[in-house]
Amino acid sequence: MGIRFVLLVNKQGQTRLAQYYEYLTLEERRALEGEIVRKCLTRTEQQCSFVEHRNYKVVYRRYASLFFLVGVDNEENELAVLEFIHLFVETMDRHFGNVCELDIMFHLEKAHFMLEEMVMNGCVVETSKSNILAPIQLMDKAA
Amino acid sequence: MALSGMRGLSVFISDIRNCQNKEQERLRVDKELGNIRTRFKNEKGLSPYEKKKYVWKMLYIYMLGYDVDFGHTETVSLISAPKYPEKQVGYIVTSCILNENHDFLRMVINTVRNDIIGRNETFQCLALTMVGNIGGREFAESLAPDVQKLLISSSCRPLVRKKAALCLLRLYRKNPDVVNIEGWSDRMTQLLDERDFGVLTSVMSLFVALVSNNTDAYWNCLPKCVKILERLTRNQDIPQEYTYYGIPSPWLQVKTMRALQYFPAIEDPNIRRSLFEVLQRILMGTDVVKNVNKNNASHAVLFEALALVMHLDAEKEMMSQCVALLGKFIAVREPNIRYLGLENMSRMLLVIDVQDIIKRHQAQIVTSLKDPDISIRRRALDLLYGMCDVSNAKDIVEELLQYLSTAEFAMREELALKAAILAEKFAPDLSWYVDVILQLIDKAGDFVSDDIWYRVVQFVTNNEDLQPYAAAKAREYLDKPALHETMVKVSAYLLGEYSHLLIRRPGCSPKEIFAIINEKLATVSTATIPILLSTFAKILMHSQPADPELQDQIWLIFRKYESYIDVEIQQRAVEYFALSKKGAALMDILAEMPKFPERQSSLLKKAEDTEIDTAEQSAIKIRAQQQTSNALVVTDQPPPTNGTAPTGVGQLALVKIPNQNVDSASPDHSITPENGVISKSVSEAPASDLLVDLLGPLAIEGPPAPAVSGEQTSFPGLNATPSPVDALALAILSDQSTGVQPIGNIDERFHALCLKDSGVLYEDPYIQIGVKAEWRGHHGRLVLFLGNKNTASLSSVKALILPPAHLKMELSLVPDTIPPRAQVQCPLVVMNLHASRDVGALDLSYKFEATLVNVKLRLPAVLNKFLQPIQMTAEEFFPQWKALAGPPLKLQEVVRGVKPMLLPEMADLFASLRFAVTPGLDVNPNNLVATTSFYSETTHAVLCLVRVETDPTDRTQLRLTVASGDPTLTFELKELIKDHMVGLPMAPPVPAPLLPQPQPQPQPPSVAVASDDPGAILAGLL
Repeated sequence: MGIRFVLLVNKQGQTRLAQYYEYLTLEERRALEGEIVRKCLTRTEQQCSFVEHRNYKVVYRRYASLFFLVGVDNEENELAVLEFIHLFVETMDRHFGNVCELDIMFHLEKAHFMLEEMVMNGCVVETSKSNILAPIQLMDKAA
Repeated sequence: MALSGMRGLSVFISDIRNCQNKEQERLRVDKELGNIRTRFKNEKGLSPYEKKKYVWKMLYIYMLGYDVDFGHTETVSLISAPKYPEKQVGYIVTSCILNENHDFLRMVINTVRNDIIGRNETFQCLALTMVGNIGGREFAESLAPDVQKLLISSSCRPLVRKKAALCLLRLYRKNPDVVNIEGWSDRMTQLLDERDFGVLTSVMSLFVALVSNNTDAYWNCLPKCVKILERLTRNQDIPQEYTYYGIPSPWLQVKTMRALQYFPAIEDPNIRRSLFEVLQRILMGTDVVKNVNKNNASHAVLFEALALVMHLDAEKEMMSQCVALLGKFIAVREPNIRYLGLENMSRMLLVIDVQDIIKRHQAQIVTSLKDPDISIRRRALDLLYGMCDVSNAKDIVEELLQYLSTAEFAMREELALKAAILAEKFAPDLSWYVDVILQLIDKAGDFVSDDIWYRVVQFVTNNEDLQPYAAAKAREYLDKPALHETMVKVSAYLLGEYSHLLIRRPGCSPKEIFAIINEKLATVSTATIPILLSTFAKILMHSQPADPELQDQIWLIFRKYESYIDVEIQQRAVEYFALSKKGAALMDILAEMPKFPERQSSLLKKAEDTEIDTAEQSAIKIRAQQQTSNALVVTDQPPPTNGTAPTGVGQLALVKIPNQNVDSASPDHSITPENGVISKSVSEAPASDLLVDLLGPLAIEGPPAPAVSGEQTSFPGLNATPSPVDALALAILSDQSTGVQPIGNIDERFHALCLKDSGVLYEDPYIQIGVKAEWRGHHGRLVLFLGNKNTASLSSVKALILPPAHLKMELSLVPDTIPPRAQVQCPLVVMNLHASRDVGALDLSYKFEATLVNVKLRLPAVLNKFLQPIQMTAEEFFPQWKALAGPPLKLQEVVRGVKPMLLPEMADLFASLRFAVTPGLDVNPNNLVATTSFYSETTHAVLCLVRVETDPTDRTQLRLTVASGDPTLTFELKELIKDHMVGLPMAPPVPAPLLPQPQPQPQPPSVAVASDDPGAILAGLL
């Protein structure tokens, strides 16, 4: 299994989206999020986008005030994951138009729907933006 | 429209956002949780819309890290809602907050199935996604065939099929025994022809899982994968939606190349040629471009191609091309590429031919050790560690030592350990090794574990040439101000043993040595004082006849510590004082330490242990294990046939002197030496933490001490005769056959596993067998973890299950060879037919080099595993208890000879036997009542009731009453409980031989285990 979790955290360290593909108890999640957020948020632009943490590798990327952190297995292709984050951001951008932290905060369900179309059980399902957004657009139309 | 118009939710999120601090947030969350709880209580009044709103709020709160311990029913029930918006919320939130073992999931299994086989595509997608994320065993059992059908159905649209592929992947991965994949290799070839890229991407993940489990079955898919890769790299007929910054789906390209790395080699020349053409195109055609995203995507593909090239053992020319590329990468500005360059270079080390080319980049790699980014520094350290060999060890270790002074704390321990290991493995000469370790202790004493300095002591003890050098070095360090305590320990130890070799040098007279060590005595911790006391005793011994002034000084110190609060220190002081009055006898008793038996370095072992992580074996890892790389050569491992099999106990027996020579290793400690001073073996009272480890029963594994003076020969069993605990250790020494000795007691391990669900079942120098078990009703699933501990393969591995009549057991295929340092997992499925205490056995054999090892092990699939505790109230219990009146359903027995246990201990025992103990059910506080239900195929759940009446005045006896609706069960259960109360339920006690057998019994070739080993006796019984 490649992706173990997807985490969106703002620069104050507040979680904006959390999706795990392996079960962790609440305490484990809290500890893990605390540790990796601390590690990643203190890094500079000149440092690489990969942080090794316990048996995970965290691939992360910063967009304005938001950090996207993806925990993967040690064997995962790091750059592919890094660009997968960007694909996720571009997809949200296509839907929301100039996506920002508030869009994700107040449309948590949509962020979840998109991610659900993109990743299942830690594997990539879909990389076409129009396919990812199709169910959401259908719903919006119905509403 | 925020959250589809859920205004209450938006308000809540705004409120949370406006909270100034965590405390305010908590108050707001608590208020909301209270609100939701009240709303859910009057569920009848809730509209689906409201339910949906509250469930989202719950997820939001959960995401913030607050416990949400209610509302699960409401969430799960939304799955059964008729309308899409509610159903969707139900499915998504359920898979976020529940796990596969959650009972609530069972409630919806039918709904989920109906959604999957129904006609509504959107419902199908939702259901498949949830099952794909959290589906467990029951889902696999009831849904796998349906999901398989969807995946290959021609009438199904891609949006459903891609989800079916990944759903199947989960079901298969979690329960390979349930999902039938027979004939799937042909299906996979068809699926790999898929035109839709979404489906193809998902199918490729499924394919990787299938092929990683059984490469042989999927050879026919290989050409298809190459074809897909060709199509992608040539950009033929790729829909615009699936190109990313002009690159045809980099994710699919990466996944396809990953799949190809599971095939050991590609024989077909045509396929090989086309694949290499593709790879060559990727290697040559990837340019650095301005756009970051494009650059990353193309390099993702490039790095995967590099990995595949390495895997395929391409021609040397192509390999050097790869190394050249990586060499370029590790020097670029872009940190991601630098990081990946180093990481992949480490992988490249496994390819034998290119190591020399990699060494050319050593300077650049050393520079990376000073990179501002810790991620990169770690990679550089790993790479330097991996590429180190005899030719460059000096340079690399020196770099590591230099870096040690500036490295951050997070890395120092790892750094110190790695430097120590490299110094040990590749030392061009031993004095250099001693230099390195002492420098290490000097520079980073806090990060040097005890193992490291124990090891240097072992080397010095075993190499006479080294002793004067090491002692002189130790003496030099003692002159330094502000010495690390570890340095005090090692210096004191070395000088105690060898300072007499320096006697003519300036500053090295016994008096001067004593004075300088004595200076440190006031500043060291209690863990170090005993070592210094030993040193003083040794100094005294070496300077016989003693200088009266020195003797007085030392005696003064011994006297001072005679009443010290720490027992270890006190005891040493008393003993050394008494001994040193014996004059010449001291010479014998405190003689120099004998050589240590050659054993595997505990450092190397430690390094290996940290590398062990279970999970799936990746292609790269398996490959790493198949290669005999430089990095894995263990230089000091003795040949396994020399009789002193490495036992993995890498500790120093520092206190062997008082233990073995003085107190004698008498079988019991009731014999008091005639001088009356020493009343107890040191090994019985290791007070200081440091010494606890040193005193494991196996410490006696060292060569027997020479028989000493007359007063001691009167003790029975002197010449290092083993006490019963040591019987095992000495058997190793005495047994000259190829016998392989288990590590640890097999019976104890088995017994422990009867009461818990994971642990080690068996271990010997070559293999370790771990067990992890899950039990549900009358089903059990054990996974056997067979771990090869060596640098060579274990071959002819055979495992046979010998099930008892009442269990159905099925073991999955066990591979014939276990690669070096690899672990294979073999699931074993168990089904219980009826109650019985019989146990199944595992008959395992393997070959290590010329040694054939065969062991029979009892499997911890025992009666109590099929129990599930049930809590009962008095109203439920008593009618049942009365209904089961008298034999054969209710049996009573007075049990004598019970291990004395307090009631809470007994309650713990019952809990680990899977009974629920209900306090207060029996009014008599000396009694205990426990309840459980037993599952078997014939009986399903049978209620079992137990009552224990204890006698507080005599804890060795009690009255046990067991009742159930099945007479056999009642009897078996009663016996089982008795076994556990009376003692270890094991084979009849083995009469431990007090003396090692002079002539080992001739062994039948198939049972290569020593005859005096409990395991062998067990095997005989089976």
